[in-house]
Amino acid sequence: MAESSTLAQTIREIVQRHGGMSTRLLQILREVQDHFTWLPPETLDQVAEALGVSPDKVRNVAEFYSFLYTEPRGFYDILFSDNITDRMLGSRELLHYLCERLDMEINTTRADGLVSVGTTSCTGMCDQGPAALVNGYALTRLDKPRLDRIVDLVNSRTPLTEWPREFFEVTSNIRRADILLGRHFADGAALRAVLKRGPEAILEEMVKSGLRGQGGAGFKSAAKWISCRGAPGDVKYVVCNADEGEPGTFKDRVLMQDFADLVFEGMTLCGRVIGARQGFVYLRGEYRYLLEALKATLLRRREVGLLGEAILGDPGFQFDIDIHMGAGAYVCGEESALIESLEGKHGVPRIRPPFPTTHGYLNKPTVVNNVETFAAAAKIAVEGGAWFASRGTAESKGTKLLSLSGDCERPGIYEYPFGVTVRRVLEDCGARDAQGIQMAGPAGHMISARQFDRRICFEDLATGGSFMVFDQSRDILDGIRNFTHFFVHESCGFCTPCRVGTSLMRDLVTKVHTGHGTRADLEEMRKLGRIMQVACHCGLGQTAPNPVLDSLDQFPESWERRLRSTAYEPAFDLNAALEEARRLTGRDDPGAYLSGQDLLIGAMP
Amino acid sequence: MSEQPSFTLDGRRIPFRDGQTVMAAALAAGVYIPHLCFNPEFAPHGSCRVCLVKVNGRVQAACTTPAAAGQLVQSEIEELREIRRGILQMLFVEGNHVCPACEKSGACQLQAVAYYVGMLAPHYTHFYPRRSVDASHPEAVIDFNRCILCELCVRASREVDGKNIFAVRGRGINARLVVNTPSGKLGATDFSVGDKAAQVCPTGAILLKHHGYEIPIGQRLYDRKPINVVGDVAQLSESRGGRRHD
Ligand SMILES: Cc1cc2nc3c(=O)[nH]c(=O)nc-3n(C[C@H](O)[C@H](O)[C@H](O)COP(=O)(O)O)c2cc1C
Ligand code: SF4
Ligand code: SF4
Ligand code: FES
Repeated sequence: MAESSTLAQTIREIVQRHGGMSTRLLQILREVQDHFTWLPPETLDQVAEALGVSPDKVRNVAEFYSFLYTEPRGFYDILFSDNITDRMLGSRELLHYLCERLDMEINTTRADGLVSVGTTSCTGMCDQGPAALVNGYALTRLDKPRLDRIVDLVNSRTPLTEWPREFFEVTSNIRRADILLGRHFADGAALRAVLKRGPEAILEEMVKSGLRGQGGAGFKSAAKWISCRGAPGDVKYVVCNADEGEPGTFKDRVLMQDFADLVFEGMTLCGRVIGARQGFVYLRGEYRYLLEALKATLLRRREVGLLGEAILGDPGFQFDIDIHMGAGAYVCGEESALIESLEGKHGVPRIRPPFPTTHGYLNKPTVVNNVETFAAAAKIAVEGGAWFASRGTAESKGTKLLSLSGDCERPGIYEYPFGVTVRRVLEDCGARDAQGIQMAGPAGHMISARQFDRRICFEDLATGGSFMVFDQSRDILDGIRNFTHFFVHESCGFCTPCRVGTSLMRDLVTKVHTGHGTRADLEEMRKLGRIMQVACHCGLGQTAPNPVLDSLDQFPESWERRLRSTAYEPAFDLNAALEEARRLTGRDDPGAYLSGQDLLIGAMP
Repeated sequence: MSEQPSFTLDGRRIPFRDGQTVMAAALAAGVYIPHLCFNPEFAPHGSCRVCLVKVNGRVQAACTTPAAAGQLVQSEIEELREIRRGILQMLFVEGNHVCPACEKSGACQLQAVAYYVGMLAPHYTHFYPRRSVDASHPEAVIDFNRCILCELCVRASREVDGKNIFAVRGRGINARLVVNTPSGKLGATDFSVGDKAAQVCPTGAILLKHHGYEIPIGQRLYDRKPINVVGDVAQLSESRGGRRHD
C-alpha cells in the first residue's frame, strides 16, 4: 500500500534524524505528531520498529504526556492556558466565546476535524495573558477581536506561518534589574576564567558566593558540583532544568529568550568543572517558540569556539549542548522525573537516594540545575564569589528573579536582592489593593496581608519565583480550586496518596466552594492534606495540599462563608434546586450559588 | 569479628546487612511492617506508600529507605496507623472492591492489611470507576476493578517470566493496568498459570479459573490469624493457603 509505505518512510526519516536513539523517543514522537496532528496506533508501532524498542514502551510514553495525542485531534489544536492569572484576565469568557464562534464544544474536536479547543496548565505567559497555545506555539494577549481573526484564519485553513506575527509576540517585561540582568556579560568570559584559574578556583568562588539552587529547593550549588565532580566515572552530564512548570513562573522563559548565552555559558562552565562533555537543556513544551532561536545561539557559540570541540582553542575542553523538549508534564520538572524523560521514558520520579549527582542521566553522575542557577554561576566565575555574596541575607546570597502577575499594574520580571519584603515588591509592581499572595506557585504558600512584612529568602519565604497577586475583589477560593485542578491534572499517578488524594482534595474543595460543605469537610481537608504532605513519593504530591492548608489558616473567613448555614438547616435545599438552572446557563461562578446567609434571609417570614 | 550493624525498630534491635532496606531487614528479623507493593523477591517499588515508617523523626517508605546503623525507626504508632488507614481507604475508593462478592476474600493481602491498620470503612466518597473484567484467557481472569496498581504482575512478567504481558499506562488518576496486546485481552497472550505473574497479585485482580471457593469462607488464610502473623499470601505455598508454587 502506497500510503502505509510513505508513513513508514516518514517515520524512518524522523527516527534517523535522531540517530535512531531511544533516548530521543519523546522528541521523535513530538515530530511524528507534528506531521500527522496526532499519533495513530500504526505510527507508534512504526516508531517502535524503527527504534528497535517494544511497542509497549512507545505507548507508555505516548499516553503520559498531555501534548501527545493518541486520539484524533484537529489540524489546529488550540489550548487555553488555565492558570488562575489567565482566568483573572478573562480567559474563561474568551474560551466560551471562541467555542461559540467556532460552533463547537469545549474539550472537543470539531466534527470536520479542522480544530480542537481545550485547556492546559499555565503556559508561562501570566504577564501577557490571557494566553493559549496553537499547535504548541504561544499566543499572547488574547481578546475578542484577536479571537475573531483567529476564527477566520482557522476556517480559511490559513497555515500558522501566515498568521499575524503579533499574535505570537512574547515580550520580556523586565521591570527591575540587579546584578544578574543589569550588568553586561562578555560571552566567553566565564570560560576564560575557568581556563585561566582552573576548576578548583572556580569552585572556591562558588562556595564563597553561597549560591543556592534557584529552582526553589535551594540546595547549595557548589556542594552539588563538588559532589558530582568527585563522583566516580568518566562520563558525566550537565542538565539545565528549563521545565518551568510552576504556574505563575516565567523568569526562565525570559532568561532563555534574552540571556541564552549566559545560561549556556554557565552550563559549559559546569561541564568543565565537573568533567562533563555533554549537556542538555530540558525545555518545557510550552516554550516551543524559543527552539529555533536557541539552536541558532548554540550554532553561533560553536562557530566562535565557545562550544563543541576545543573550546577557546583548548583541545582538552570539549562540551556540547542538546535541547530536549518536554510535552506537557509538570512532574518532569522534578529532577529525577526530568532525567527519566530525557532518557526517552515517561516521567515518573525515581527512588532517591541515589541522587543524580552520582546516578543521573543513564545512571551517570549528573548535575541538574535551574536556568537561573547556571546564569548566576557564569557571573560568579567572572565577578567572584564575594561580589555575589555582598547582596542578599545571611543564608540567601545574591538576587532572585520574581515573576509578578495577577492584580498589579506592572506585571513582569523583578530582580531583587534576597531579603526584600513582600510589601516592597507589591509597591514596586503597583499592587495597591492586595488581599493575598500565592508565593512560589500552587506548591508554595498563600500569604495574607498580615504577612506582607515577611522577607523573600530561604530563611523566611523561599520561592522559585512565582508571585501571584489577588486583590480585594477576588475570591481566594477561586484560586485554591484552580490549583487543586492543576494537581489532579499533573499527578503522575505513581503513588497512592497523590494519585487518589489530589482528586479527593479537589472534590472536597469544590464541595465547599459551591456551598455544599460543612465544618467537617474543612477538618477532612486538613487531615487529607497532612497525609499527602508526608506520604507522597515526590515533591509534587507533598506540596499539592499547601494552598488548601495555608488558606484554611490565613483566610478562614473565605472558607467559613461558604459553609452551609450551621445555624439553620433548611429542609428544602434551594441551592440544589438551582442546579438545573446553573447547568442550563453554564454558570459555575460563586454568584450562581446561594450562601448560607441568603438562605437565612430567604427563610425569614 | 565486628558486631553486625543494627538499627532500632519500635524499641527492638534489628541487625542488617549492607545494602538492605529497613523493610528487608525487619522482615528478615521477623518484624512485620505493613506493605502492598513490596515483595521480597523484587526490587522495591515505593508506590503504595503503606509501609511508611518514621526514620529519625521523618516519615519515609520502609521499603525504599536504606538501613543505617543507629537509625531510630518507629512503625506501630498511632500517627502512622492513621496515615496508613488513610492510604488504604484511598485504595478502596479508587477501585471497586466488593469484598463479599470476591473470590479472594479472606486470602486477600489488601483486605488483610486494611484489617491490620484498623480500617473499618472506606470513609471517602467512592469514585466508582468504570472498569472491566477480562475472562478471555482459558485459565485466568483479570478483574481490573480490583487492581491497586502495585505493578507486581508487571514486574514479575517482565523480570521473571520474560514475557512483558502487563503494563501501567496513562497519567494521574487515569493510570490503569493494561495487557500488552493490540486487543488488550489476556487470552491473546502466552500468560500461563505457572507464571510468576499469576502468583504475586496482592488483591483479587488476577484470579485463576477452576479454583473458586475451594476453601470455604471462614477458614481462609486471614480469617483466623492476622497478616502480621501469617505473612503475605504471595509468599506462602499453596499447601498453606498461599499462592506460591513450589
Ligand atoms: C513537581 C516538581 C516540579 C519541579 N519543577 C521544577 C522546574 O520547573 N524547574 C526547576 O528548576 N526545578 C524544578 N523542581 C526542582 C528540581 O527537582 C530540582 O530541585 C532543581 O531543578 C535543581 O536545580 P537548582 O538546585 O538549581 O534549583 C521541581 C520539583 C518538583 C518536585
Ligand atoms: S507524589 Fe507520587 S503520584 Fe504524585 S507526582 Fe510524585 S510520584 Fe507521582
Ligand atoms: S493486577 Fe494485581 S499485581 Fe497487577 S498491578 Fe494490579 S494489583 Fe498489582
Ligand atoms: S510497600 Fe513500600 S511503598 Fe509499597
